[in-house]
Amino acid sequence: MKSILLSGRSRDAAIAVAQVQIMKIRLVAMLFFFLASPVHAVLKVEITEGVEGATPIAVIPFQWTGASKRPDADISAIIASDLRRSGRFAPVAEQDLLARPQQPSDIHYKTWRVAGIDHIVIGGVEFLGENSYKIEFRLFNVYRGEQVLGYSFNATAGTLRTMAHQISDLIFEHLTGLPGAFNSRIAYVTSRRVNGQPEYRLQVADTDGYNPQTLLTSSEPIMSPTWSPDGSTLAYVSFETGKSVIFTHRILTGERKTVAEHSGINGAPSFSPDGKYLAMTLSKNGNPDIYILSLENDSLRRMTTHWSIDTEPAWMPDGGSIVFTSSRSGKPQLYELSLKSGGAPRRLTFDGNYNASPTVSMNGETIGFVHHADNSYKIAVLFTETRLMQVLTDGPLDESPDFAPNGSMIIFASQHGGNAVLAAVSTDGRHHQRLVLSDGEVREPSWAPTRY
Amino acid sequence: MKIRLLFLLMMFFIAACTQGVKPGEETAGGTAGSGTAGSSATQGGVQIGKLSSGVSTAGTALEGKTVSYEKNAINDPGNVLSIRTIYFAFDSSEISDVDVEVLKHHGKYLSLNSGASLRLEGHTDERGSREYNVALADRRAQAVKKLLLFQGAASDQITIISYGEEKPAAFGHDESAWKLNRRVELVYE
Repeated sequence: MKSILLSGRSRDAAIAVAQVQIMKIRLVAMLFFFLASPVHAVLKVEITEGVEGATPIAVIPFQWTGASKRPDADISAIIASDLRRSGRFAPVAEQDLLARPQQPSDIHYKTWRVAGIDHIVIGGVEFLGENSYKIEFRLFNVYRGEQVLGYSFNATAGTLRTMAHQISDLIFEHLTGLPGAFNSRIAYVTSRRVNGQPEYRLQVADTDGYNPQTLLTSSEPIMSPTWSPDGSTLAYVSFETGKSVIFTHRILTGERKTVAEHSGINGAPSFSPDGKYLAMTLSKNGNPDIYILSLENDSLRRMTTHWSIDTEPAWMPDGGSIVFTSSRSGKPQLYELSLKSGGAPRRLTFDGNYNASPTVSMNGETIGFVHHADNSYKIAVLFTETRLMQVLTDGPLDESPDFAPNGSMIIFASQHGGNAVLAAVSTDGRHHQRLVLSDGEVREPSWAPTRY
Repeated sequence: MKIRLLFLLMMFFIAACTQGVKPGEETAGGTAGSGTAGSSATQGGVQIGKLSSGVSTAGTALEGKTVSYEKNAINDPGNVLSIRTIYFAFDSSEISDVDVEVLKHHGKYLSLNSGASLRLEGHTDERGSREYNVALADRRAQAVKKLLLFQGAASDQITIISYGEEKPAAFGHDESAWKLNRRVELVYE
């Protein structure tokens, strides 16, 4: 992996010069990483609230065929963990499994019916030699007594976890009708102190917290990471040059570009659904306003002109309007600005005196945001059609919500035991989980739209 | 808020004019009916009212601090210019009367030392949206800058950086920490 060390412009002795390291993720390098070191999650997932109402399912440990040493990636455990984390499924704990069928002919449907289990997953992993594996899985409907889904995959040691997440997505989609969001990634910012000095990192990990990769290390703050629609690029704000600047960063090549370095604030980047534009907050004309930058020809279009704070643009999926936070009515509220018809932005939130940080679901039907009530900052959702609002969390300091690409969950930043952690809540508010960083604070999560 | 600021500045102007402020060493806030906004006095037929913030304009922070504007004054810990942090109430960019007084001195210093340059770093406490807090902290720094410009500082002597909630001075999760984080820091370069 290639490291680039940049130093910021020289300043007052009292201010530390930013040390910046940029890492490039190479798939080859990732492979060696897998083979050389034990795979462990730096972000640990804790289920904090029960799965009442979740569908029982049995994921049987997969059969292993081949060389004596099993790979570290436990396919069936990953699938069970993914399904549990979605909040919609309650996989039977391994020690409670009534039977462990390995082949379709081993399945005794009556046993499972009596136990109230609707579906069973069985499968196998076979080592084919020379870092090549075959994974096979089958999903059975217990009540119909038949297989309803089954695929086989080829994988390498480095892609076993990815294949397991793909299987989770296939099972999830077959049983719920929604696309899965397990074979995806999250970006986030970590913060810790090293020898008394702050160290900030931009990291990308699998949605279950495994395989964290550092894209940027800096002694100055990093903010607002956000994914391009094709999952190839992150945009974010970095203070490494001594002020806020917006960068784009291609994940696979490590290539970085400065896209906004105007005087004043450069913040809150957000890619348009077609990937051609980047909405952002700039204060170069006197106070923070929403602008749209064309990534193709660098033209910049100013979208708001009100003297209030206008920030945090979030695109509607048809690219025709932008939801944003504005203090034009005195306190932060959510507004929607049409890009087609112009005209004044339309206010969306009327409940409470602080509503900010919009995130729009992929189908545009739901907006997640931060809502202040009862002396707490909580995550809430607004249904665009009915204009009804539902509060999903308790706070007291929940922030930075971002929708999963299938709209079933919202990931956000929270506090636990005095430490900054990530958390996720299902959009019906029933299922809660927490992702705790083993070393330091973690915040500002962004869920990638697709796995490239 | 803009009208209130204007009123504040007007009161300053009137107070300074009627007091005949002398350059050189003097104790800030010490002289009777001194040029601090908010003192109640009748000067030349003009009644100057006290500004309603409830904060004593003698200001314990300013007591005993010397006032002078020669080039090295910013290195003197006994000088009023050694006060380098302005604090704010929650979700507000209004500046207290005491701090208006402090900034008057900084503004004066900048106007008399054209080679001096100042960086204003704006901050908020941790509550609420991070990006909204960057904007709020910028507002605070802009409010400080306005006061400095009014005292004769040149715009290109002042740069503003907003850190929002990203660089707290205190790390707790309650008001005792939050109030220390809602601030603008004056950094002479």
